[in-house]
Amino acid sequence: MTESRVLSLNNLSKRFGSVVANDAVNIELHRGEVLALLGENGAGKTTLMNMLFGHYLPDSGSIDVADEAGEMHPLTLGHPQAALDAGIGMVHQHFTLAENLTVLDSILLGSESLLSWRHNRRAAREKVGRIIERTGLAAPLDEQVGKLTVGERQRVEILKALYHDARILVLDEPTAVLTPQEADTLFENIDAMTKEGLSVIFISHKLREVLAFSHRIVVLRHGKKVGEIATSDADERVIARMMVGADTPVTPRETMEPGAPVLQLKAVTVKGDNARTSLHSVDLTIRAHEVVGIAGVSGNGQSALARMVSGLASPDSGEMMVSGNKISRFTPPVMQEAGVGRIPEDRHHDGVIGAMSVAENLVLERLNDAEVRKHGFLQQKYIRSQAEELSKDYDIRGPGIDADARLLSGGNIQKLILARVFECMPDLILANQPTRGLDMGAAAEVARRLMEARTRGAGVLLISEDLDEILALSDRVIVIHDGQLIEAHSKDRETIGLMMAGEHV
Amino acid sequence: MDILQILLTDSFWAAALRIATPLIFGVLGALICEKSGVLNLGIEGIFVAGAMAGWMAVWLGAGLWGGLLVAAMVGGFFGLIHAMLTVPLGLSQHVSGLGVTMLATSVSYFTYRTALPKVSSPPKIEPFQPLDIPVLSDLPFIGPVLFQQTAMTWLALFMVALVWWVLNRTPLGLAIRAVGDNPDAADAQGLSVYGLRIGAIVAGSALMALGGAFLTMSAFDSFFFGMVNGRGWICIALVIFASWRPGKALLGALLFGAFDAFQVRLQTEVGAFVPSQVFLMAPYVLSIFALVIVARRAEYPRALLQPWFKGQR
Repeated sequence: MTESRVLSLNNLSKRFGSVVANDAVNIELHRGEVLALLGENGAGKTTLMNMLFGHYLPDSGSIDVADEAGEMHPLTLGHPQAALDAGIGMVHQHFTLAENLTVLDSILLGSESLLSWRHNRRAAREKVGRIIERTGLAAPLDEQVGKLTVGERQRVEILKALYHDARILVLDEPTAVLTPQEADTLFENIDAMTKEGLSVIFISHKLREVLAFSHRIVVLRHGKKVGEIATSDADERVIARMMVGADTPVTPRETMEPGAPVLQLKAVTVKGDNARTSLHSVDLTIRAHEVVGIAGVSGNGQSALARMVSGLASPDSGEMMVSGNKISRFTPPVMQEAGVGRIPEDRHHDGVIGAMSVAENLVLERLNDAEVRKHGFLQQKYIRSQAEELSKDYDIRGPGIDADARLLSGGNIQKLILARVFECMPDLILANQPTRGLDMGAAAEVARRLMEARTRGAGVLLISEDLDEILALSDRVIVIHDGQLIEAHSKDRETIGLMMAGEHV
Repeated sequence: MDILQILLTDSFWAAALRIATPLIFGVLGALICEKSGVLNLGIEGIFVAGAMAGWMAVWLGAGLWGGLLVAAMVGGFFGLIHAMLTVPLGLSQHVSGLGVTMLATSVSYFTYRTALPKVSSPPKIEPFQPLDIPVLSDLPFIGPVLFQQTAMTWLALFMVALVWWVLNRTPLGLAIRAVGDNPDAADAQGLSVYGLRIGAIVAGSALMALGGAFLTMSAFDSFFFGMVNGRGWICIALVIFASWRPGKALLGALLFGAFDAFQVRLQTEVGAFVPSQVFLMAPYVLSIFALVIVARRAEYPRALLQPWFKGQR
């Protein structure tokens, strides 16, 4: 297969300070191949691809890319323009689209000389049209990017790369923001593209799609390539073992009889600025010993639900009861008092105060407790001993309890939040995207703690975009779409996926 | 004379367009800077510098068009200072802009006083004269309003069209709009965010300086302290009024010019009963009202005020 080689990464290494992000990684890619790059968070997948695309300069190693005739040439490292010229296109996890431009303009951006006196929009439109015809990547060319759905934006990103004559396409976590159906469409498109001779590298940590859609799998762990396997020879257990280095412990769960209701919503309506922030007359009951998973694509009312349960927004009509008590004032302290523990979606922004110490952040929600505050003064001794204890119990690693919370990594910030929330023994726990961006170990810890709370008798409202997580943790699954809640009567992912896309099943 | 009759006179509309001219330059300049994502509060000082530099160049014998060129270059120079501070260094755009305003104003006054230490009234130059176009200038109403303006007014109107064309019809404009909305998008396409922003600020500042130069080289024939008198700040407000569109910028400038021309005429009508300050205030008050109504829907360039650093994503 050497003659069909289009890309070869040779012994690439990169370190950031004392952290080794990539250690002598070798990867080859062939014409028309779909290569999955798999690994936990922090395994070095994105760093590797950023070196390929010239965003980072490798400390050592080299990259060879084939030209149109198939001859290999060394790539100038550290220059995105060189990568673009060599036919490498990258679709970042966070899209790099300007929302005020039309789709066609976004695709055109950077493709013409800045000195030319006018666009050649007609020729561009024809070329994009031809690409759409070949690949099925449909997008409304004259619509503003800001008005597109996430799936459409992703197609625009891919179209952009293809318009720039990419022969190698790198997709960073392409399905993270898509519904299962959109994801399937994407992989159909990729299939069509590879038939045209395009080669694709996609980064993922979802085993299912890697197994279903790739030809070959490369697994990274701690910056090293730890495995390479043809997809036809792989199964979930084999790859999972490669990724984490051991079999993943399955969260044990026992069936439990649900108890008294801890959260009841009756015909609750929240009028937001738009559909993303609205709820339309929803009913919901969560009982003790019960985890209710809210599945859905982001922007379907999850934030309205989470904000209301956190006490950050009031419903326009309907009522909400926590442990049987009607909530009349929607403020964070009232919710806390009522027994709601909150794990916010954006843990860096809403979960901790970065400029305050770990110890102070741990008692933030207990400032009225006699142990924490006496005669209006903080009880430093208690706060510190409490922090030492919790850091040990919850394995919060970092520069210590007196260090600013912002210095902690994402996983450790989440552990800090868990410690703060669970120590208050809440009746209802709102867990909004609790494992997003966490590696497998930290995610498993979050899951274990949530299960522990369920056993203790708490009810859990789990909002997540990760369907696998919802299916693994929830007793009941409810789909949120367009501000409405629909109970899923089976845990079949196909069915739930269709419901997430708004189809009635 | 009936108040409404004022609106029907050609001299009123001619005055409105004349008053609007420096604002058109200023608002276009501010618009270009902001489209690229950088607020340029140096505008007030750049107006002063442009007024001073253009006038002095003409007085020293550069000729009117040479004077405009000098004004634009001086404006571009102060723009470059603002650009270096706010783009590669990523400093606060507000603080840097106000700093540039103070610097440019002071340097202009200083230069003026150094060059002319002992005069009580500054020397006069021969400014741009109203154009006299055969036939067109003699048309009733339209003639005096449009075709008896100076060349600078025509230059301003041409600039509206030019800026619109560049922003909406050229790859350069597309790139500027992209860096003002999401610099990462431009960077990912291999465009230089720094280069585009610095270029936009320098070009925008040069335009602002032309607005200042209009005051000394067309509206009047000499340089006075305090002659810019807040016109730069008005332009900053007008950009929002215009929702960052060149066509609407022209409309906003004309609206302000009309308010101002109207209040002058109103003063002569009813000035005996109402203090003149009320009239002087009127265009600003009306501008605030117009802004309140329009600005609610204004769509800001999303990256406005946000520094961007290469390699940080």
